[in-house]
Amino acid sequence: MSNTNAHLYLDGVTVSFDGFKALNNLSLTIEQGELRSIIGPNGAGKTTMMDVITGKTKPDTGTVRFDERIDLTKLDEPAIAGLGIGRKFQKPTVFENLSVFENLELACKANRSALTCLFARLTSDHRARIEDTLATISLAERRSDLAGSLSHGQKQWLEIGMLLIQDAELLLLDEPVAGMTDAETEQTADLIHRLKDDHTLVVVEHDMAFVRALGARVTVLHEGSVLAEGSIDHVQADQRVVEVYLGR
Amino acid sequence: MEASRQPLLTQAGWARFVLAVFAAAICVPALNLALDPSSNAHVPDYLIPLLGKYLCFALLAISLDLVWGYAGILSLGHGAFFALGGYAMGMHMMRAIGDRGVYGNPDLPDFMVFLNYQELPWYWLGFDQFGFAVVMAFLVPGLLAFAFGWLAFRSRITGVYFSIISQAMVYALMLAFFRNDFGFGGNNGLTDFKDILGFELSAPGTRMALYMLSVFALAGGYLVCRFIVTSKLGRVMLAVKDAEPRARFLGYRPANAKVVAFTASAMLAGIAGALYVPQVGIINPSEFSPAVSIEIAIWVAIGGRGSLYGAIFGAILVNVAKSYLTGVAAETWLFFLGALFIFVTLLLPKGLVGAATEMRRIGDWLDPSRRAREAGYHV
Repeated sequence: MSNTNAHLYLDGVTVSFDGFKALNNLSLTIEQGELRSIIGPNGAGKTTMMDVITGKTKPDTGTVRFDERIDLTKLDEPAIAGLGIGRKFQKPTVFENLSVFENLELACKANRSALTCLFARLTSDHRARIEDTLATISLAERRSDLAGSLSHGQKQWLEIGMLLIQDAELLLLDEPVAGMTDAETEQTADLIHRLKDDHTLVVVEHDMAFVRALGARVTVLHEGSVLAEGSIDHVQADQRVVEVYLGR
Repeated sequence: MEASRQPLLTQAGWARFVLAVFAAAICVPALNLALDPSSNAHVPDYLIPLLGKYLCFALLAISLDLVWGYAGILSLGHGAFFALGGYAMGMHMMRAIGDRGVYGNPDLPDFMVFLNYQELPWYWLGFDQFGFAVVMAFLVPGLLAFAFGWLAFRSRITGVYFSIISQAMVYALMLAFFRNDFGFGGNNGLTDFKDILGFELSAPGTRMALYMLSVFALAGGYLVCRFIVTSKLGRVMLAVKDAEPRARFLGYRPANAKVVAFTASAMLAGIAGALYVPQVGIINPSEFSPAVSIEIAIWVAIGGRGSLYGAIFGAILVNVAKSYLTGVAAETWLFFLGALFIFVTLLLPKGLVGAATEMRRIGDWLDPSRRAREAGYHV
């Protein structure tokens, strides 16, 4: 397998829970700077794949490499986040008892150690970045509000904003437009296109219109392994894909 | 590069803080010393150590609120840290008795003579020095909390499971301290103290000084807690309480933040214990009983979690009620405490302080940004 520019490389990854194989010999290569959509029916292993990449779940067997050298299976979640891998959850997960501003402040790239945080001061540099991000995600007016008071779509945006400010190289977005209005979905697609320039992006999505709008290479997962890969038209024409997913 | 942090207290907060310290540190002594004992407003001598005791409990309560209200760690073993601080100070005062004990042994406390100890156990060495005892009063609880917290939080033990093992910890310590051969006076604990730094404990002046120290310890402890909760670490603690996995995927190590908070909290509890023992004159293993630790959580729940001053309020309120009720009708106290706890849990989930805040908000519309604006931070 050619992995000359692989930003993320999974090979033969298997994860089983009580005998059920959530991932079954999954192999996947995401190139540097690539935008990749991942689709698949419920239970195909999309979230488990995210869990393996971000260190939440350790695979039973298989290789998971970042930047070709770093073995992600040896690291825990904070260490992997520190490498520059950011994750957006399926259900928007923000810190509801902190303000929008404080959520972004915590996401800012800075030393994460507890004692450093105890004496940390917010630099004007970070403040400016937070202001920029607030503008990008259209939440400048709500900066002082608790994140818990935001609408569903706004929480999704705040979470994306947290990924932006975190300065991650590789972004894993789990259903970024779930629960969004059409207008919000469109804005999100725009945002992802802007991010594409200097990030590697993996987007897990159910919404076919959105996947089409992204216009990226698509990987179809089924029962824990890759069923098909290619352009959206290519996979939609694939008979097996139609059977397990699209045809229903 | 310009950098800033959230202020420790708002201007109004500082005003209230200074007012409270002033009232406790100036008015109480003035009402005790300057007024004629026959006056209605006179604070009698016997009340001074009682008030000092309430303040020690208030310091213990804010130490619990720091971890429970801000990091979501419900420790039901905080009595252990308090008691260990108390034992450290008790050991110093035992040593200070010298040859004035019943047996007149200058090297061994009475209970050791009684139990046929030949020499002082090694862990009693150094406690003849006041400074050493003071350091131990917060170092020992701090080390215990660090070790216990590191093991528990690193293993991702949270919520009710943590509460249960913290109960087990305090219970295990109680059993150990009950043993005569453990070297801390067994069942009777440490008592019959005579003086501290040469000042007679029963003298009104000493009692007033201990009371004043309690005032300043509580004020200092409050500011330390404010420093932690207004720091970025304080926001990491709230984040961990809200969504621990999210904090982890953002690159934070929740276990480390919790260990720092838990250790700081245990040290404050130890200081509270060290101030408590000279004012009540005894420390025994009953302070390690699980029920005592649960009661601390009840003070905080009643006062209101996550505000610090709510914990102070709750601790003082419950203990004043306890002193009063156990005086007039001792058998009703536990029923009263139980009823109060149920009432507050069911009807005022944010405690009395939280309920007062909600009431104030009814007039000015439920405004979620209030906290951020009050902090005067990014406005």
